[in-house]
Amino acid sequence: MTILLGLIPLLPLFSACLLMFWQPKLLLTQVIAVGSVSLAALLALTLNVQLWEQTQFVLQVSLGHWLTIDNLSLGFTLYLDPLSLIMVTIITCVGALIHLYSASYMKDDPDVCRFFAYLNLFVSAMLFLVLADNLILLYLGWEGVGLCSYLLIGFWYREQKNSQAANKAFIITRIGDTAMLIGIILLFYQFDTLNIQQIQLQSQQLLQNGGQPTTAIISLCCLLLFAGAAGKSAQVPLQSWLPDAMAGPTPVSALIHAATMVTAGIYLVARNMELFQLAPDILHFIAIIGVITLILGATSALAQSDLKRILAYSTISQLGYMFLALGVGSASAAVFHLMTHAFFKALLFLSAGALIYCMHHEQNIFKMGGLRKSQPLLAFSFGIGCAALASLPMTSGFFSKELILEQTMFAHQPLLWWGGIIGAFFTALYSAKLFFVVFFGKLNQPSTHNTPTAMAIVLIILMLLSLVGGKQPQGVFTHFSTSATSASAGHTLSLFQHWLPILLPIFTVALAWLLFIKGAFTPSTPSNGSSVSLKQKLHSFLLSGWNFDRLYHLIFIMPFKLVTEYNRRDIVDLAYRQLEAFSSLLYRQLSRFQTGQLRHYSASLVIFCVLAIAWGLIQ
Amino acid sequence: MIETLWVIILSFSLFAIGILGLISRRNLLFILLSIEIMLNGIILLFVAASNLHGNNDGQIMYLLVLTLAASEVAVALALVMQIYRQQQNLDVDTLTKLRG
Repeated sequence: MTILLGLIPLLPLFSACLLMFWQPKLLLTQVIAVGSVSLAALLALTLNVQLWEQTQFVLQVSLGHWLTIDNLSLGFTLYLDPLSLIMVTIITCVGALIHLYSASYMKDDPDVCRFFAYLNLFVSAMLFLVLADNLILLYLGWEGVGLCSYLLIGFWYREQKNSQAANKAFIITRIGDTAMLIGIILLFYQFDTLNIQQIQLQSQQLLQNGGQPTTAIISLCCLLLFAGAAGKSAQVPLQSWLPDAMAGPTPVSALIHAATMVTAGIYLVARNMELFQLAPDILHFIAIIGVITLILGATSALAQSDLKRILAYSTISQLGYMFLALGVGSASAAVFHLMTHAFFKALLFLSAGALIYCMHHEQNIFKMGGLRKSQPLLAFSFGIGCAALASLPMTSGFFSKELILEQTMFAHQPLLWWGGIIGAFFTALYSAKLFFVVFFGKLNQPSTHNTPTAMAIVLIILMLLSLVGGKQPQGVFTHFSTSATSASAGHTLSLFQHWLPILLPIFTVALAWLLFIKGAFTPSTPSNGSSVSLKQKLHSFLLSGWNFDRLYHLIFIMPFKLVTEYNRRDIVDLAYRQLEAFSSLLYRQLSRFQTGQLRHYSASLVIFCVLAIAWGLIQ
Repeated sequence: MIETLWVIILSFSLFAIGILGLISRRNLLFILLSIEIMLNGIILLFVAASNLHGNNDGQIMYLLVLTLAASEVAVALALVMQIYRQQQNLDVDTLTKLRG
């Protein structure tokens, strides 16, 4: 069993190296890339089957020793418990499906080998991240996925826009990563170990000792770790890279920016839940950030017209839900939502990819319309994805979002609950809008391609998962129920609180249909320009994602440019410039002797000789 | 027999005339002439000294310097000719192209 575990992250790594250095032909590339990840997925499923009955299990396998410094010893040790098992299953299964899809989607690209090498490397890095038993190995995987994200966003690097988006993603997540590294070092200072399990154990003991006031340094550690998580998972101060990250190929958006990488932040907080329990203030802060993010994402998604940007903002908002769940101490609900979100968001992105492929790379939803006749499969898959996103009853998204809202109420946070409800309303509204605008109404532009078979198979599998994936993994639940605040027992929701989240999406979809019939969704033409109405202002505010880019431009970029402008003649250079001025002065004085006049030269020669002889005679 | 002192005075004044010509003249050809005059002044000193000491080495030196002067004039005149052909001008004050 341990061999299987060791093989799971090593297979994609091996095939990534193979593809990078060997660069085989197209067919072989596809076989190697898809085969390795599929094999890893099979191994993960095997582990699932073997560990089905147990709810408390731990598997460890050491792949080698890394480094030893004094009393710090790090190894490539993999650690599997219910939480990492569910993560591994999601990553390998969704990853394998997306690999299969990309084999068809990317087959005409000249750099397909490079693409699959990056994709495999990404899966491997992500698996190391979730299987790591110490924080430094986790950080290695963390940086690995960051690197792959950068490489894949800028995959079509010949267009400057793509490179800029890649840079933006890399730099913004780097801000979070730096904070996280400082947090890890502080943790080592505090606990004298970097092994995740030992840290959890020690913090649990601290918690049980009770009465002991939380030290500020642990709060600081938690805050710094959360900053790293916020960068990777696109939470409020650091979220603006995700919509731009859609510059990459669509399967990449599906794999990295929807299903797996952005959930690394959730995983980090969930993994260190015992530690975070020591800092309730920080948990509360996380919940507030989550609510702000989910409202921001949902409202911004409403104003977008680019298909992929809508999905990107919806990812931000769903991640906000997960952080809300983490913030109210219910990590199992967060992981549950992470799982269902991975299914339906992958489905949505892959459907969007197929749609864009069929529509000749048209991404504006208002130029589509009435496609349900010509693309029945895509209409069906989009419908299911949007339903799960809007959390219509009986879809997978419904169960997980219900659980999160329920847990928020149990944690006595009515304000956060209302935030979640508002977010749910906007989520349902924009997903219904997206679906109606693309597939109903009049036919704007006929599609020409049909969906390739491989893509269709993947979409059908993901549809099934999105529909029936709403079963909460028992292992994770018991894993957290021992430690997390299980104060929920004995609480009951009032009738209103129980039914509102269930009925809200249905009513919202009906409302969206009504608005759609009336034509409220069609983009308003910004003509007769002098008076900018409030509605247009609001629209542009939402379109830019609450103007965060402009804010950062104002706060960071402008002062920096101002200072550089002011300091154009570097202060440090002053001494060197004096040196330069002195030598140029010497040069000017000396060069006066070089007149170029032959007569001056001969005269000076004569004068010198006369003086020298006179001097000699006097002596 | 002429007094050696007069010869020395003549030689010095020839040298001084040469130097003055070298400094004050602007035409390259005259500068060359001035150099020749300076050379002759010095050689005259050699001859006078050999006469004074009864040693013929100075007169042999005169012959050597004469050949040297002849070859020098040949080369210098060729250069002056070339300069004149290219620049149409022999004024050293305006021939400052090689100035750094």
